[in-house]
Amino acid sequence: MTQHPPGAPATLFEKVWRAHVVKDLDDGLTLIHVDRHVTHEVTSPQAFAALDAAGRRVRNPELTFATPDHMVSTDPGRTDQTVPGGTEMIQALRRNAGRHGITLFDLGDRRQGIVHVVAPQLGIALPGTTLACGDSHTCTVGALGVMAWGIGTSEVEHIFATQTAVRRKPRTMRVRFDGVLPPGVTAKDMVLHLAGRIGTAGATDCALEYAGTAVEALDMEGRMTLCNMAVELGARYGMIAPDDTTFQYLAGTPYAPKGELWERAVAHWRTLPTDAEAHFDIELSVDVGDLAPQVTWGTSPQDVVSIDGRVPDPATAGDETRRRSMERALGYMGLEPGMDLAGLAVNTVFIGSCTNGRIGDLRAAAGIVKGRRVAEGVRALVVPGSGIVKEQAEAEGLDRVFKDAGFEWREPGCSMCAGFNADKVGPGERCVATSNRNFEGRQGPGARTHLASPATAAAAAVTGRITDVRHLER
Amino acid sequence: MEKFTVLTGIAAPLMRPNIDTDAIIPVAYLITTTRDGMGKGLFSGWRYDRDHRERPDFVLNRAPYRHAGILVAGENFGCGSSREHAVWALKDFGIRCVIAPSFASIFQENCIKNGVAPVVLREDEVRHVAARAEQAPDQPTTVDLADQTVVANDGREFRFTMAPSAREALLLGLDAVGLTLRHEADIAAFQAADRAQRPWVYAV
Ligand code: SF4
Repeated sequence: MTQHPPGAPATLFEKVWRAHVVKDLDDGLTLIHVDRHVTHEVTSPQAFAALDAAGRRVRNPELTFATPDHMVSTDPGRTDQTVPGGTEMIQALRRNAGRHGITLFDLGDRRQGIVHVVAPQLGIALPGTTLACGDSHTCTVGALGVMAWGIGTSEVEHIFATQTAVRRKPRTMRVRFDGVLPPGVTAKDMVLHLAGRIGTAGATDCALEYAGTAVEALDMEGRMTLCNMAVELGARYGMIAPDDTTFQYLAGTPYAPKGELWERAVAHWRTLPTDAEAHFDIELSVDVGDLAPQVTWGTSPQDVVSIDGRVPDPATAGDETRRRSMERALGYMGLEPGMDLAGLAVNTVFIGSCTNGRIGDLRAAAGIVKGRRVAEGVRALVVPGSGIVKEQAEAEGLDRVFKDAGFEWREPGCSMCAGFNADKVGPGERCVATSNRNFEGRQGPGARTHLASPATAAAAAVTGRITDVRHLER
Repeated sequence: MEKFTVLTGIAAPLMRPNIDTDAIIPVAYLITTTRDGMGKGLFSGWRYDRDHRERPDFVLNRAPYRHAGILVAGENFGCGSSREHAVWALKDFGIRCVIAPSFASIFQENCIKNGVAPVVLREDEVRHVAARAEQAPDQPTTVDLADQTVVANDGREFRFTMAPSAREALLLGLDAVGLTLRHEADIAAFQAADRAQRPWVYAV
């Protein structure tokens, strides 16, 4: 790894890393302070149990936040009741948070929601901080200039007990998106396109920074969509330099600093962006000027084409392994080489998740849905990413737009993203989803997932088919 | 934690690339508050049909691979979700080592914390080990972590490397939390200094 003497040009990542070094350990490892630890009901129970078994306590409960999201029912009027076993997990989180003095955003609290929606929205994730959570999409909040990463349960336990993590400094990569996004094309299309271009291992183990004029032009929601899927490219961290868009987003949020402390914080945050001369191990640039809406055809986020594209032919694959995995994906998805993606009939449309369950996403979808109806036979869900998103959407009347069109308007949670709760796609059914993974069985056993933007998902809902939203725009 | 030194066992070849943690342990098996009994969910989407009958052609349903201690897989093994349950499932099934050309990083870290060895060999070497395990299923493969070698069941030996800290953690079965707690004074000192530098971080 490149050594960075103090004062030398540094990347955003390097600056945040440096500010969190507790101690250099052997073998290139570093003990890193974790400023914020966010936890949920799926990856924490075994960590709390291990903590108890060793007679240890949560070292800094005031830096730890919890909310149930994966298992929760999203039915209107919900209680703790959810799929078998899930209720116990929600209740275990409540019990463990209470015992350890951890702030919990519980069911019924407007602040409850998907961890990666809640943490930035409440100002828990702040520029220049480190944040860990037992979930691979923790990189989402890197959009605010946070060094944020996903961990497994043993690491959750480690951070509970020590407020630190043992990390190896990653390689760095910068992807510049320049140009102006055409109408109907969004941050989701940018990152899906990138997945198609570099593959799911294209940024393996990297600290990935997104930069360029097209990134600067995005609102926070769009930036979070980009960083959310950094893990789908293999990256450990996805980051964007904080700027006025970031500060405006955070100002006045419950956990952001106030008054004089806010001024001091912002002054510090302005020093964080990557220096002009800083070095990256890998650099890439993408022009978004002629980007089209993207949709996946296979069972990996890299299996993606433009909406006017066709299902690729495995015979054209570069090697035998790729050919076989393409064949397998086509078999699973029930597709033939050369088919048009546009026009494929869908059974289900899911708008939500930590990728696209924020207010900006719901506005974009509602913009397409307004004055139209969900196509006959299609089940369409909108699931706000948090109670606050839901409240905001209702204040703007978006819930009416969706409900009048025949969408289900549900309570916040992970919902149909990963099949943890009762919201699932049936075997063999085709779903256009705004989430981040189209793995086999991800949305339910045998479910066929096509990843796309909220606008493209909304277009699929109202036409009953995978549709080029640009032909629907008014 | 259980130490990992030398493992001689049946190797099961599963040579698909990008085997994700959703495939290793589907969501249904994550709905629990304990680590126990995960093995029954291992690869369940591939091991069982919709009526939960075993699919006879899936590798782990074939004797002697049912008793595999080693899994040989394609590149980018363990990608996707951070669920540590994937490692618990492998371990509960009896698999203590995965050999692949590359691993997803969260999965790799989770392995080390649970006494499961993620061993990286070159693609052609992985193919050799897998092909041999296919040809002579009953002949065991050996993984020696102290020596950092894999011996395929035809006697061919391949060297691998692993980060010294990861290797030591596996060899000695170290408790990561206990190790870090030895630095408690440094952690406290960091926080005290940082609180002065960046008070807003602690003003929660
Ligand atoms: S919305 Fe989906 S990807 Fe995001 S945290 Fe929930 S299950 Fe994971």
